[in-house]
Amino acid sequence: MSTPQTKIRVLIAKPGLDGHDRGAKVVARALRDAGMEVIYTGLRQTPEMIAEAALQEDVDVVGLSILSGAHMALAPRVLELLEANGQEDVKVFLGGIIPDEDIPQLQKLGVSGIYGPGTSTLDIVKDIRKIVQ
Amino acid sequence: MSVQDLLAGNRLALARTLSEIENESPEGKRALNELFPHTGQARLIGVTGAPGTGKSTLVNHLAYLYRHPLQGHPPGDVEPQSVGIVAVDPSSPFSGGAVLGDRVRMRDLAGDAGVFVRSMASRGSLGGLARATWGLVQALDAAGYDIVIVETVGAGQAEVDIARLAHTTVVIEAPGLGDDIQAIKAGILEIADILVVNKADRPGAENTARALRGMLELAAPGKRFLQNHAQVMPLPLPPGILATEDNAWEAPIVQTIATTGTGIPLLAEEITRHQAYLQTSGDLIHKEKIRLKTEMDDLLERALVSRWRESITIETYQTMLDKLVERKISPQQAVQILIDGENL
Ligand code: B12
Ligand SMILES: Nc1nc2c(ncn2[C@@H]2O[C@H](COP(=O)(O)OP(=O)(O)OP(=O)(O)O)[C@@H](O)[C@H]2O)c(=O)[nH]1
Ligand SMILES: [Mg+2]
Repeated sequence: MSTPQTKIRVLIAKPGLDGHDRGAKVVARALRDAGMEVIYTGLRQTPEMIAEAALQEDVDVVGLSILSGAHMALAPRVLELLEANGQEDVKVFLGGIIPDEDIPQLQKLGVSGIYGPGTSTLDIVKDIRKIVQ
Repeated sequence: MSVQDLLAGNRLALARTLSEIENESPEGKRALNELFPHTGQARLIGVTGAPGTGKSTLVNHLAYLYRHPLQGHPPGDVEPQSVGIVAVDPSSPFSGGAVLGDRVRMRDLAGDAGVFVRSMASRGSLGGLARATWGLVQALDAAGYDIVIVETVGAGQAEVDIARLAHTTVVIEAPGLGDDIQAIKAGILEIADILVVNKADRPGAENTARALRGMLELAAPGKRFLQNHAQVMPLPLPPGILATEDNAWEAPIVQTIATTGTGIPLLAEEITRHQAYLQTSGDLIHKEKIRLKTEMDDLLERALVSRWRESITIETYQTMLDKLVERKISPQQAVQILIDGENL
């Protein structure tokens, strides 16, 4: 009769000047309801701020929500900084408005999962659990 | 990554050790043992108060001030101080998950290597802190942070735990939380070393401050503070009444606007004054003893419970529960049998 205390920790961040925060909040709540601990950073984060928060919080997953079209600049930069900080094992998930033609390139750079409008949050939960375990 | 890396200032090593401590893993326990001789240096500040009163916003400004001290504020702190922050938010009782949002208010601290902010979920623990908060504070202390600030869960009740953990406990109130007096829960005066009325830009701040002052006077007749333009001034004691050693510290009331930083230098000054008082009065040694005793008692209790749990099977426990539900034995008898290990 003992109680293991390990939880999946996820940082949900809104990089850049994009003010669309509904998706980020919906995903944060869904992950909480799935028993994960979600650190929400709020709007207008630079990739540097996101990488720093990921380090201090020692998260398993960084989730970026980008609806502004700036994902090709922001997501690779976050990956780069995580690696520079010794956190190459942290998985990066991306959601928002991501055109199909950008997906292969982002995957090649190391983004673990990409999700557009209408994605079921249950699928996101399932994918995060699968990749972190 | 090791405790040595942590002590040498490696932030990733610190972050990972904090996780091990939080998860109460064997590595975490080992780290705490190795770190303990390096603790006892940091000044520990607790910040508590009802949800939404502005705790995180205030911590943001306070930490920023310690990083960028104003000329002469707070007195004696001319050098920038490094700051570790532990911010606790509630876990969902249903899923066990949490959304930790305190960081949203601490943007001004980003990009500063002299600050380390860590969010933690309460993980079912009541009283405003998580079980592992003490351990996280010790690790930040050992890592060399001059000041460690702990923000509790916003619970609105007097959080005794934080008063035991921190050297200086700051209790935050804000106007507009319903009835002014109602919002001020009993017990807060006992734990507050400093009372803050935040959101002083809102109507009703004066009323809240006045209500608090009234309660302070009731609690400590003969000792009064006059508050004027966010200044705290002790009134001379009435003739014939001497200030005694055990009533020497009276919680000042500071009005702040955390969103703009107004009043934060004064708050920092009061914190410095309180910590000087702890030194000169000898209360620091006393507090430190209570702090460590509390921690040891907590650990002892936990260790006894978990040792006991390991000593019995789920079946034994379940059988006892069944008998209890059938009212064959009383709860008292059930406990007696369970801990005495009597055969069923
Ligand atoms: C609502 C909305 C707004 C609201 C935002 C309110 C808010 N606080 O969020 C308002 C009216 C403010 C707004 C403003 C603007 N908007 Co707008 N907006 C929308 C709209 C209609 C819906 C977005 C939304 O909230 N969806 C609901 C949420 C739940 O879905 P979601 O964010 O997609 O999230 C899901 C997935 O993407 C994924 N997901 C999202 N984030 C994450 C993160 C992780 C980690 C994971 C795993 C998954 C994930 O999971 C979620 C659940 O399924 C979209 C169109 C659309 N259909 O998407 C346009 C849209 C995003 N907006 C657009 C534009 C252009 C703007 C403006 C620039 C318009 C203007 N000229 O002023 C401004 C910019 C505002 C700003 N400061 O950034 C464009 C963007 C075009 C582009 N990127 O190429 C869109 C696509 C409309 C369009 N077709 O042109 N907007
Ligand atoms: N008007 C005004 N608003 C403030 C002030 N301080 C904080 N706020 C606002 O109050 C809200 C809550 O602030 P937080 O700092 O998140 O409060 P908190 O006590 O940390 O909240 P919890 O951690 O959820 O309990 C935010 O919208 C702040 O911007 C203030 O001095 N004046
Ligand atoms: Mg807060």
